[in-house]
Amino acid sequence: MKRGLARASAVVAMIALAVPTVVASGPPPSPSDEDARIVHALNRLGYGPRPGDVEAVRAMGLEKWIDRQLHPERIDDGAVRSRLVGYPTLGLPVGKLIEGYEVPREVKREIQKKRAEMDGASEEDTARTRRELMKELGGSMQGMQGRPRQVVEELQTAKVVRAVYSQRQLDEVLVDFWMNHFNVFAGKGPEKFLVGAYERDVIRPHAWGRFEDLLKATAESPAMLFYLDNWLSSSPDAQPRARARRGGLLRPGRPAPADPQQGQGRKRGLNENYAREVMELHTLGVDGGYTQKDVTEVARCFTGWTIRGLRQGDPAFVFDGRIHDGKDKVVLGQRIKGGGQGEGQQVLHLLATHPATARFISMKLARRFVADDPPAALVDRAAATFRKTGGDIRAVVAAIVESPEFVSAEARSAKVKTPLEFVASAVRASGAEVEDGRELARRIGEMGMPLYMQQPPTGYKDTSEAWVSTSGLLSRLNLALDLAAGRVRGVSVDAASLAPDVLFPAGLSEPTRKTLEREPGLDAARVAGLVLGSPEFQRR
Amino acid sequence: MLTRRFFLKSSGLAFVSFGLAPRALVRSAWAAEGNRKKKTLVVVFQRGACDGLNTVVPYGESAYRQLRPSIAIPAPRGGARDAALDLDGHFGLHPALEPLLGPFKDGSLAVVHAVGSPDATRSHFDAQDFMESGTPGRKSTEDGWMNRHLQCAPEPEASPFRAVSLTPTLPRSLAGRAPAVAMASIGRFALRPAGGDAVARGFEDMYAGAVRDVLHGTGQETFEAIEFLKKTDPGRYVPAAGAYYPRGPYGDSLKQIAQLVKADVGVEMAFTEVGGWDHHAAEGGVLGQLAARLRELGQSLAAFQRDLGERMQDVVLVTLTEFGRTVRENGNRGTDHGHASVSFVMGGGVRGGTVHGRWPGLSPDRLYEGRDLAVTTDFRDLLGELLTRHLGARDLAPVFPGFDARPAHFPGVMRA
Repeated sequence: MKRGLARASAVVAMIALAVPTVVASGPPPSPSDEDARIVHALNRLGYGPRPGDVEAVRAMGLEKWIDRQLHPERIDDGAVRSRLVGYPTLGLPVGKLIEGYEVPREVKREIQKKRAEMDGASEEDTARTRRELMKELGGSMQGMQGRPRQVVEELQTAKVVRAVYSQRQLDEVLVDFWMNHFNVFAGKGPEKFLVGAYERDVIRPHAWGRFEDLLKATAESPAMLFYLDNWLSSSPDAQPRARARRGGLLRPGRPAPADPQQGQGRKRGLNENYAREVMELHTLGVDGGYTQKDVTEVARCFTGWTIRGLRQGDPAFVFDGRIHDGKDKVVLGQRIKGGGQGEGQQVLHLLATHPATARFISMKLARRFVADDPPAALVDRAAATFRKTGGDIRAVVAAIVESPEFVSAEARSAKVKTPLEFVASAVRASGAEVEDGRELARRIGEMGMPLYMQQPPTGYKDTSEAWVSTSGLLSRLNLALDLAAGRVRGVSVDAASLAPDVLFPAGLSEPTRKTLEREPGLDAARVAGLVLGSPEFQRR
Repeated sequence: MLTRRFFLKSSGLAFVSFGLAPRALVRSAWAAEGNRKKKTLVVVFQRGACDGLNTVVPYGESAYRQLRPSIAIPAPRGGARDAALDLDGHFGLHPALEPLLGPFKDGSLAVVHAVGSPDATRSHFDAQDFMESGTPGRKSTEDGWMNRHLQCAPEPEASPFRAVSLTPTLPRSLAGRAPAVAMASIGRFALRPAGGDAVARGFEDMYAGAVRDVLHGTGQETFEAIEFLKKTDPGRYVPAAGAYYPRGPYGDSLKQIAQLVKADVGVEMAFTEVGGWDHHAAEGGVLGQLAARLRELGQSLAAFQRDLGERMQDVVLVTLTEFGRTVRENGNRGTDHGHASVSFVMGGGVRGGTVHGRWPGLSPDRLYEGRDLAVTTDFRDLLGELLTRHLGARDLAPVFPGFDARPAHFPGVMRA
């Protein structure tokens, strides 16, 4: 107890030292503005400072550190890779994933049947029956290496682990940005088996490249084709196909309904879902100047962009000319001659190089890195860079994070952290050791941001109001208390290592500082809990 | 904004346990805040697409029995428990919904049949999204229809319980700019006790002081809600005599909504949800999977009504589901994804005892895409009527953008 008190007073002393601007009783030594800029950069280009980070960046020089973060391939990230060794699903190709983790169809059916028969039975009887059924069906499930749930769980946990431990902090932020920009939803049927490969093989390799390449990669990904239903879209004139065989074997030209158990004999035809979102959300923006007619025309261009072998073998993008609408189209005033797969490619090129796209992407990046309503001049300059470089993402990001607006006083602490940012930054700040990140991922979900599980294609919002809610705030406060007290499963922490002067070089707010000073009896864990739950720690 | 402080911290209310509180004390404490007799709309979302045709059975249609050889509910036989319970000579309740027969007969429960979304999608994901955003066919709508209603009638002094969801996260329906509280349960909406009073006080002071921050208001709301709920003892809540909520999350959440309504804490919109309606195989008939879910639904609704008693005059509860199911049963004695389904509307001012909506019929030429019950009542017309005639909404255009909601299209479930 005594030791706890000593620690607590040490922490309070540190806090007192850290409040230059708001203390009435004379200015204590002010940390340099350089440190404040470093903390700002660590908060925006990554998931917040860890103990020792500020010193390390100061030693390297902030500009050099930013430049390094802009070239993640030059940073060794072996440490985080070794932390992810225990996640068997992360590296698997989709086919292997489905083979090892999807419940066989016949088992699913049996379980459903039994469940019906058991209606009204006691819990004990139900449990016994389930055990017997599992034994009986053991043969069919022998090939299974794990449950479907594990696939999403490992993805979510890995995301937290990367945010906390990766040396390539900006890379993780940018991958998260693109995953959210090109959102897919792991909860939609077999999408959970596609999401991991989508992040690993589609988003990550293109995150720093040309925007057009990234856009094309997403357009051809089974994850996007499935999520936004383009794989079902066919020319209304195409011959109706026989219904997919039992078991849902999907071949080119034979797309089964999204839910294999639904829609026998369902009328097929044009599906405008992807066509609309690719313009509204991925490229031009909602005010980007396209019409409903453009949506329909783009949808016709993309007929035949579908998936083969979703359930058997390896699902892959395929162009099926038999369901393609081969007539000429007009998109955004440009004539597109009927010509098969090339039409979609032409549309993507048209969209990727459209000035509205340069502006929309620049605005979203500036919102992520600078402020909810980023300065117009900054967006203009970033958009000009986008156009000049043919959509070079690295150049656009550099134009934003190396701008005077990025480090300006108005930008500092201007953003409310998302749940992921809050949890990752709290773990980093407290120098916690994450042995098992599942509970952390669960908490992020509880705060309203279940990772990989955002239904609407808009992704999660990147503005304050989305993350300010009573349930969300309460979950944050409880996480702060639990984390500091070592009560988060799989995470160990030394509350004394939390250094508020490092976290808040500009000083804690007066109410927060006074609160901490007024409660001298609090042990280090409670002080740390209060600091992590304070209004200023909800911001970055 | 100075504060959203609405709890009477210094009043005697702090020392009473609501539910057991002397009613007069609670009432008088709240009268000043205008929360007394506040109108409440409760939305119950049945996720997974409930089979409306086996819920409110069109036993008068021969096609119904022909297309559902193994799962059809038999036509009523004088109140027999293994047959439909007659409502009006054409429709009957699934026998598992027996607890709802009384409310229907006494005029407090109405049925709207063939209700749904005009969008053709048969994806749960899309259809739920469309129904909750209130904008069928439009996926990029960011907020939900319930939240937009709250935005239209801003109440700066509103209780944090003005919009409550008894779910772990805020549902899409309530997402948006207007404040709304999501609680997995009233009992768990609390700060970790291990922190002690000093920590709780500390947080409250920090957020109270952060006056220029958007977090300030949310902090106040959160602590007020915590503070208030701390005084309550959900475990000790005793529903009114004769109200038996079924065990399980569904009964629990309706019980807690009733508790909040009775406590007059200013609930205007409440939300809860129940899953398990997606019966592609072995759906069952009089008994079986669907019957089990319906039993829980019927018992919960009936308990809710009985629990609220006289207070039900200020409450309307509506059930929604994203779409219905195929008229024809499939090869697995289940049903696949269809189009229109059914809604229940219960409460004060409801024109009960009637099956509302234009019945499209089940003959092949009347079916949607040749297989499903057609939608004759757009769900937005139903909800628009409840918002207008129960909550007093004046303009539905912002709530259902791009939709022409007018009284002429309302199904007429409320006394105008």
